[in-house]
Amino acid sequence: MASDRGVQLEVADLAFDYGRRAVLRDVEARAEPGQVVGLVGPNGSGKSTLLKILSAVLPDYRGSARIDGQEVGMWPRRELARRIAVVPQEVSFGFPFTALQVVLMGRHPHLAGLAFESAADIECAHEALERCDALGLADRVIHELSSGERQRILFAKALTQQPRGLLLDEPVSFLDIRHQVDLYDIVRELAAEGRTVVTALHDLNLAAEYCDKIYLLRGGRVVAGGAAAEVLTYANLTEVFETEVYVDTNALTGKLLVTPLSGRVRQQLRSGDRSRPSDAAPEA
Amino acid sequence: MTRQDVRSLGAGRVALWCGVVGACLLAAIALGVSFGAGKVTLVQLLPWGPPASDVDLDILLRVRLPRVLLAAILGGALSVAGVCFQALLRNPLADPYVLGVSGGASIGGVLALVLGASSGMLRDLGVPLMAFAGALGALLLIEWVATVDRRLTVYNVLLTGAIFNAFSSALIYFVQSLATLEELRDIVVYLMGRFPVWELERVAPVALICVPVLIALYAMSRDFNAFSLGEEAAQQLGVDVERVKRRTFILASLLTGLAVSVAGLIGFVGLIIPHVLRMLLGPDHRILLPTAFLGGGAFLVLSDLAARLLIAPGELPVGVVTALIGGPFFLYLLRTHRRRYGF
Repeated sequence: MASDRGVQLEVADLAFDYGRRAVLRDVEARAEPGQVVGLVGPNGSGKSTLLKILSAVLPDYRGSARIDGQEVGMWPRRELARRIAVVPQEVSFGFPFTALQVVLMGRHPHLAGLAFESAADIECAHEALERCDALGLADRVIHELSSGERQRILFAKALTQQPRGLLLDEPVSFLDIRHQVDLYDIVRELAAEGRTVVTALHDLNLAAEYCDKIYLLRGGRVVAGGAAAEVLTYANLTEVFETEVYVDTNALTGKLLVTPLSGRVRQQLRSGDRSRPSDAAPEA
Repeated sequence: MTRQDVRSLGAGRVALWCGVVGACLLAAIALGVSFGAGKVTLVQLLPWGPPASDVDLDILLRVRLPRVLLAAILGGALSVAGVCFQALLRNPLADPYVLGVSGGASIGGVLALVLGASSGMLRDLGVPLMAFAGALGALLLIEWVATVDRRLTVYNVLLTGAIFNAFSSALIYFVQSLATLEELRDIVVYLMGRFPVWELERVAPVALICVPVLIALYAMSRDFNAFSLGEEAAQQLGVDVERVKRRTFILASLLTGLAVSVAGLIGFVGLIIPHVLRMLLGPDHRILLPTAFLGGGAFLVLSDLAARLLIAPGELPVGVVTALIGGPFFLYLLRTHRRRYGF
């Protein structure tokens, strides 16, 4: 069950409401040590809420959400923070901390009382910064960084927490393609070390490339769960996202390749035009 | 990254800066005791200095020293309360008076002034005691109103505090409109902030209340750092957010209530000192809290000295001095540093 490198995450019969609005219903999902599990779905489908429940910031859920077999609310906060780190979508920083200071906050659950970070803690933060290609940002004030740079700092902070499990909420939404791939490469390394990763993400191709298992959510319910090829099908995607997509196999990687279709192309398809959309001149 | 940076984050840096700011405080105290309406100075206490008469000694040790110490303690308390409220609200512009406790304290103080004007005893101790009772009452009321589903919401606290402050000003105007001319003058002086003439024995309890509160707040300084990322992110770092919010609100309000009860509404200490120190030392609360205490103390001691000297033998309310220095200085800071905070 509990691995000494990773955590087991399991939700069953999970439901959550924001006021009267149902956000999650009958959610069943699990993640095992060594796995990268993706949560995909339209905006407002409940991905972030699920991650928040797993990190114990939304205590008023119904059903069960367990970490290593124990209900999240039963974990002492510090204990939980040593086990699980979260990379939120975005954080607004209250004060002008430097990037290094923010990354060092990852040591918070490991430090006792009023302790200052030891040389080992600082070493750990430097390693994380280096791994995220952000060592050069260490002394910059967090307010002065771009959104993408900030996202890398938040990821470095999560690494500095040295968790067994990571919950990532759209961790690459502001990153350029190189850093997107770099970040998920690190995620794969963490999984290879036995850690557990759950990530919400919008880029279906990244999901197909990096996730061992994908849950497709819609309106707070899990529509499908399993390997990318089973979940990210044309039928599932068009239904859940209510748009047309083109699903193919990436000739180079053999993984799934999903392309959302523009309005122009969709219209052309509807009008029964048999010529390839690429032959038509784009609208002026 | 060099070794220098590694060292600069540690406890040694806190000790160094506490030493520097603490030396400023000691210098301020020495100045505060040395100068005043009388011509007696601290030098006369030194064995080789000019001889001091008993009257001189009385002026130094029984008149000036208690007042200077009171200013040091309350300046420190206000400044620390400012840092804590700013951490709680995640806003460097929060003021210790923004959360309503000062309103409660001033109602208590003003009522005591009006009701106790005839009795000397009540007037002397009654004002601070009733003001403190008012502060505690306001604290409990605001906490009660702002707690929803057993959670203290920061915005609720802020809103409740602002409304309570507006309500207490109205109440004070109401009392003022019924007061005699003499009472009116006392009320105005009290509200503008002034230090009472107290003996050392009366200053001691003030210090005794402050010390455990300051220690308890300092114990949360690492949590305040995490708080800067937002309540959720702090929680995900293992901070018991509800407990930290409630404790901070109560303890910092106690400090504020105490300061207002004893010395009236002395503005800007809780705003400027934290701001200047944050610019000098960065936002780490482990270094900010202790230096804010020392720096706030030094600032208020010097402001009080200015209040005593500027129109000597008359005396300005110290709150007028802090506002006259603080207002323009703060505008200057906003103008030159607004980009940092995204104003």
